[in-house]
Amino acid sequence: MAKTENQNPAAQKKVTKKVTKKVAKKSLGQPELKFGGWQYASAPEGTDHVAIEDRYGLFINGEFVRPKSGKYFATINPATEKKISEVAQANGKDVDRAVQAANKALPGWRKLSGDDRARYLFRIARILLERAREFAVLETLDNGKPIKETRDVDVPLAAQHFFYHAGWADKLGLLFPGELPEPVGVVGQIIPWNFPLLMAAWKIAPALAAGNTVVIKPAETSPLTALRLCEVFAQAELPAGVVNVITGDGATGQALVRHPDLNKVAFTGSTDVGKEIQKAVAGRKVDLTLELGGKAAHLVFEDAALDQAVEGVVRGIFFNQGHVCCAGSRLLVQESVHDLFVRKLQRRMARIRVGDPLDKNTDMGAIHSAEQLQRIQGLVQAGVDEGAVLFQAKAALPKKGFWFAPSMFTGVTQSHRVAREEIFGPVLSVSTFRTPEEAVVKANDTSYGLSAGIWTDKGARILWLASRMRAGVVWNNTFNRFDAASPFGGYQESGFGREGGRQGLRAYVKLRSGLLPG
Amino acid sequence: MSVPVRKTYKLYVGGKFPRSESGRVFQPAGNDAVNVARGSRKDLRDAIVAARKGLATWSGSAAYLRGQILYRLAEMLESRRDAMVTELRLGGATPAAAKKELDNAIALTIWYAGLCDKVQSLLGSQNAVQGPFFNFSTIEPTGVIGVIAPDAPALVGTLALALPLLVGGNSVVALVSERAPFVGMALGEVAAASDVPAGALNLLSGHRDELAGEFAKHRNIDGLLVAGAPDAELTQAAADNVKRVRFCDLSKASWNNVEKLRALSWVEPFVETKTLWHPVAP
Repeated sequence: MAKTENQNPAAQKKVTKKVTKKVAKKSLGQPELKFGGWQYASAPEGTDHVAIEDRYGLFINGEFVRPKSGKYFATINPATEKKISEVAQANGKDVDRAVQAANKALPGWRKLSGDDRARYLFRIARILLERAREFAVLETLDNGKPIKETRDVDVPLAAQHFFYHAGWADKLGLLFPGELPEPVGVVGQIIPWNFPLLMAAWKIAPALAAGNTVVIKPAETSPLTALRLCEVFAQAELPAGVVNVITGDGATGQALVRHPDLNKVAFTGSTDVGKEIQKAVAGRKVDLTLELGGKAAHLVFEDAALDQAVEGVVRGIFFNQGHVCCAGSRLLVQESVHDLFVRKLQRRMARIRVGDPLDKNTDMGAIHSAEQLQRIQGLVQAGVDEGAVLFQAKAALPKKGFWFAPSMFTGVTQSHRVAREEIFGPVLSVSTFRTPEEAVVKANDTSYGLSAGIWTDKGARILWLASRMRAGVVWNNTFNRFDAASPFGGYQESGFGREGGRQGLRAYVKLRSGLLPG
Repeated sequence: MSVPVRKTYKLYVGGKFPRSESGRVFQPAGNDAVNVARGSRKDLRDAIVAARKGLATWSGSAAYLRGQILYRLAEMLESRRDAMVTELRLGGATPAAAKKELDNAIALTIWYAGLCDKVQSLLGSQNAVQGPFFNFSTIEPTGVIGVIAPDAPALVGTLALALPLLVGGNSVVALVSERAPFVGMALGEVAAASDVPAGALNLLSGHRDELAGEFAKHRNIDGLLVAGAPDAELTQAAADNVKRVRFCDLSKASWNNVEKLRALSWVEPFVETKTLWHPVAP
């Protein structure tokens, strides 16, 4: 390490070259353990205990109702392209009915004591855990993500959000110094398809804890777990109208954010749509929180625990097929270890098991939709056209469904589209830096600002770097960790407001001394 | 008695006092003999560049130091009491109202000065997450914030909006009262004498109709705090780079009640929460 801090760049280059070679021989030169090419036996999770209706209505005022639009559309399993069920397409009248139901339920819900609101939320958390396996399987079927993730991440975290916020419902006076917070009112929420249940939980739980009522629209391609959550609400005997779930496409979402009786809108999705929503609610005294896109920088320094960093980088970009707004999609490796690190990554990527999402051994499932697959393919083609070097793991991809092999671009420059645009898929772009200062400049060279990752063994450097990252979450020597107690959300064009923690709940209350929303 | 020495009212940008690059001036109502610089779009852009530099200095200084600088601002207001009252009176205030407003301005400044080194503890947190991780949230400034101050009160209006932003570590570009810009521009002279770093606070005078939309549109402004009722057009323009936008629509009585202007909740919309994770291991 001390050697590379040499001020003479020529000498530095020489030294790092030598070091790289030596290290390369030592750690990658060792023979890889291979067990005769044995394959994993398939270990699919059963689906027989998950009863799925042929058709779902809208959940309004505590019951499933037929849409006034009379229209339904199919939701498919992205791993097989087979239709799973049909859900309703809510139109303006349906949206209005849902908002009216939420409005009607508001006085009773906000008047309820914090203790009682807490008990409903605790109940929901418990029931969700009791039915965890059912939710995990359904999520995997509808979304395409591996059962390993729905079972170990999505569902437990969703339950935690209800449990965590339950404990806030009777403690709102502790939320903000010197204030007695009040509920905002009726909240309209729009969530994306990448974490359908988790997003629903982390939007609904804080809203309810603070005494608001909710109209939520899940994504059109992954509505089933949010609809099943309504069964949990019913089991918990949550008062009618406190949560209303309406399904539909972008038009439904537009009708929702334009509804005059909303007091707050919370949106998670793309930056483009987020800007449209900010415009749509402008001047209406509607509170707004936006959790938008990202293009996270993931920095690896030469002194980092490289093998751990490889795991972190893999988790950062291939978790959930890379359909993660905070994915570590821009890997910045210190020049001295670039070649070695890339080789390690390639070896690791070759071991990622892509396939049947229901198989408990599967690491990476299906791309969520044909449309998303097309977008990924388009951007990867742009990367190739612009001269970056593409590496793709040799994965045997199933014939049916939407699939994309774990991919990595090296030789990426700051101006390449794959370094600037959110791909939202399993595609890593790799470039290099020499000094911490350069790393900061490159990491912040984006209009996004959701997350960042840092791998180095130097504590002081971590804090120095982390304080310079223009990003709302900074993972240090780890990546893609989430918790209900931990605020999540972005800087700059990645949006505003936080979700999780005290700061997240803050976005669901009104403070007496507060300024007016834009 | 000799002929009084008059003052040219200039902009306050990057710690300096330039005239408007446009060469334009305006005469606020009832003051036909006084020429005040009429800031232009280009002046605004210059101020934003200065504020971007000022942001690094201001947010990079210790909270304790920022508190001392803001307290110094209060000291300077006090020591220039006569001059500030004169500026307020030039803007149409009665002697009693001018004195009251200056008292409020000083009280407000002292309150926010003392908040600088507490706001991190009040809005940040350590978070109890699952697993072997140390997790904490700190606050950082949103960045360069545009302020459109109310016409009245001319001094307290500008300070009440700028101070919470400065406490959060932001740099500020403020458009002062159009009707009574004198005291707002004199505030620049007070700031310059208080060790407020160049660019941390920038003050423009000019026409609100001409400039407010430019504040909202400019992509190098990160947030917007506007006196008055919510204005859809401004927010729509501001959405182009997802600016944080807030409006401050107070009654006359509230603007004159210093208690109502001291609020941690005014700091909070213009700070960003950053959450750090690190594993815990032997």
